[in-house]
Amino acid sequence: MSVSTHAGGAYRLSQLDTLESESIHVFREVAAELERPVLLFSGGKDSIVMLRLAQKAFWPARIPFPVLHVDTGHNFSEVIAFRDKRVAELGVQLSVASVPEAIESGLVTEPPDGTRNRIQTPVLLDALERGRFTAAFGGARRDEDKARAKERVFSFRDDFGQWDPKNQRPELWSLYNGRIHPGESIRVLPLSNWTELDVWQYIRREDVELPSLYFAHEREIFERDGMLYGANEFCRPRAGETVRTARVRYRTVGDASLTAAVLSEADTIDKVIEEVALTRITERGATRGDDKFSEAAMEDRKREGYF
Amino acid sequence: MGVDGGTGAWATAPARPGGRSMDMLRFATAGSVDDGKSTLIGRLLFDSKAIFSDQLEAVEKASAAKGDDYVNLALLTDGLRAEREQGITIDVAYRYFATPRRKFVIADTPGHIQYTRNMVTGASTADLAIVLVDARKGLVEQSRRHAFIATLLRVPHLVLAINKMDLVDYSQTVYESIADEFTRFAIKLDIADLTVVPISALHGDNIVSRSPNTPWYEGPSLLHHLEHVHVSSDRNLIDVRFPVQYVIRPQSVEHPDYRGYAGTVASGVLKPGDEVMVLPSGFTSRIASIETIDGPVSEAFPPMSVTVRLDDDLDISRGDMICRPNNAPAPAQDIDAMVCWMTDKPLQRGRKLAIKHTTRSARALVKDLFYRLDVNTLHRELNVDALGLNDVGRVLLRTTHPLFADPYRRNRATGGFILIDEATNVTVGAGMILDPSHKGQPPFAEYAI
Repeated sequence: MSVSTHAGGAYRLSQLDTLESESIHVFREVAAELERPVLLFSGGKDSIVMLRLAQKAFWPARIPFPVLHVDTGHNFSEVIAFRDKRVAELGVQLSVASVPEAIESGLVTEPPDGTRNRIQTPVLLDALERGRFTAAFGGARRDEDKARAKERVFSFRDDFGQWDPKNQRPELWSLYNGRIHPGESIRVLPLSNWTELDVWQYIRREDVELPSLYFAHEREIFERDGMLYGANEFCRPRAGETVRTARVRYRTVGDASLTAAVLSEADTIDKVIEEVALTRITERGATRGDDKFSEAAMEDRKREGYF
Repeated sequence: MGVDGGTGAWATAPARPGGRSMDMLRFATAGSVDDGKSTLIGRLLFDSKAIFSDQLEAVEKASAAKGDDYVNLALLTDGLRAEREQGITIDVAYRYFATPRRKFVIADTPGHIQYTRNMVTGASTADLAIVLVDARKGLVEQSRRHAFIATLLRVPHLVLAINKMDLVDYSQTVYESIADEFTRFAIKLDIADLTVVPISALHGDNIVSRSPNTPWYEGPSLLHHLEHVHVSSDRNLIDVRFPVQYVIRPQSVEHPDYRGYAGTVASGVLKPGDEVMVLPSGFTSRIASIETIDGPVSEAFPPMSVTVRLDDDLDISRGDMICRPNNAPAPAQDIDAMVCWMTDKPLQRGRKLAIKHTTRSARALVKDLFYRLDVNTLHRELNVDALGLNDVGRVLLRTTHPLFADPYRRNRATGGFILIDEATNVTVGAGMILDPSHKGQPPFAEYAI
């Protein structure tokens, strides 16, 4: 925390310090009040920042809960390598909920188009249930989507993991209500009030390490529905789609078959921040095929139990 | 189809990448139906470039589909399917934008359904509240109600935005008559800081910069005010209150005996070497150090989250309160408070509830219900049996354990609490503790009718 005391005679915190402090408060509140929390860690920038905040909240003790990765099997290899390294550094326990295994066991069925976003939800819910987790931290931010703008920091979920937007608990001051009945759970969103730019500024300030694909690099890409997809084993060009090499970076990191890259020359954190500050397209709009289907795509998935 | 207005002087400068000296301001917006609140928010987001082109495109499409001949900025803030279909706002939504000076968090609260509950929620964390009125209609019942709720929640700064000035020919007379009427009303409410701004959210007048259409208006534009309003002095830096949230004990090889009390500073300034008292035990000690992962700090003030270590090994746990020996809250089990009720099943005498105050939880019995306050007229209705959904009233609670509370008007962090239904676990009420010196006295005597 870089505290600017007496700046102009006032005790004030910068926006990043305020956000950090509020997030740390949320982590501690959950650890104190809920029995079995777990942190959803994908190796993406938001979950990396979340893990950093958790580390701060409990230092010098270890993070007092495990992390869980819902693995679609469609991964960027850099991200998985990064995930394992970070988890080892922090000494936290990692469990992996595997979508390919869930397909094999018959818990879910692979959709004909091969995209696994929607079938992640039952896999997540199954992992939360088997781990008897009562709280799950997620890196969702309210600036990401219209439905998320209305979600609480402590997002109550029923026995089925479902979100009911019309029946949310009022959230006042910093008094969070984590009381639940057996079977129910709370999704906790400590980054609720952060914007994409806040996350990047924090990454710079804290010198947080990220997987390399967040920075501009050469990659084989092709265009589909106006978005640029990296050609990889999970996402192959169809007839008529031509592959070319371009300098790109990823703004979000998700399922490798669905996450698109953006043309970019931003190969340093400063350049990324400049780019984010000037960009005119939302993070999810630019990079997520899964949110394009309907105006309410995110809302529908959240109702089913998605983060 | 185009968005008209949009004359932002700083519109070319989106949130500055460096942002080192940027701080944060939270504000709540309240208005009645059709007074242009969504348009105002859309305007602020649009002019500050917080609206992205894909969002704007979606709104353009939606506006066209509805047959609007302009881009309906209000559609930017409709979140849920039902809201878009019905053209209403269901719940508090949070929006973000930034200028080079500040990051802003807007708690956007709907004006019609469940208005009190939602506005109380939005106002609870706000540094500032904007009450919107339609210049053609002037003050209506809801304007007074919104101003009252902002005052009840002790939002330190209030802005009365007189909107749709374009529809009254930017008339100074209209502006002044509404401003005068509101100022007279505001005196009764004990509002610390009031600013009145004539605007047109649709056309952008006095939003980002002063409008040539209102040469008679000498105050700041709305955004200028939001960027410059002085909020750090709103915090209570006098009464040291550090509710212990979590005890950090690594019990590791590196830190075998480490014991730190983690929490968020509610008020006051803590420094190493300060003599402190811990409630409920009453034991005293000194602050050995104030720690964070980034190193020790020489001072901690609200809302910093830190870990406090003491010179002595005391038995301290979550829910205890660290304060100063000569400035401690009086432990109280009889809590006299204004409560906003937020659920259908009414609040009645004899009802038992869970209460959460700072990091402390207890059970509470509703011993008495003194009156219900009509939030429109501020009239106190005595001899009531119950508080219903969206009612505000004064109650007396008896708690199973003492709370270390301060009057809400002195300390928002240690004066507020929530009530939870023990059967459903739903948050059903929000309370603001009254000054014990008011015992038996109506707290709002100034404007009691």
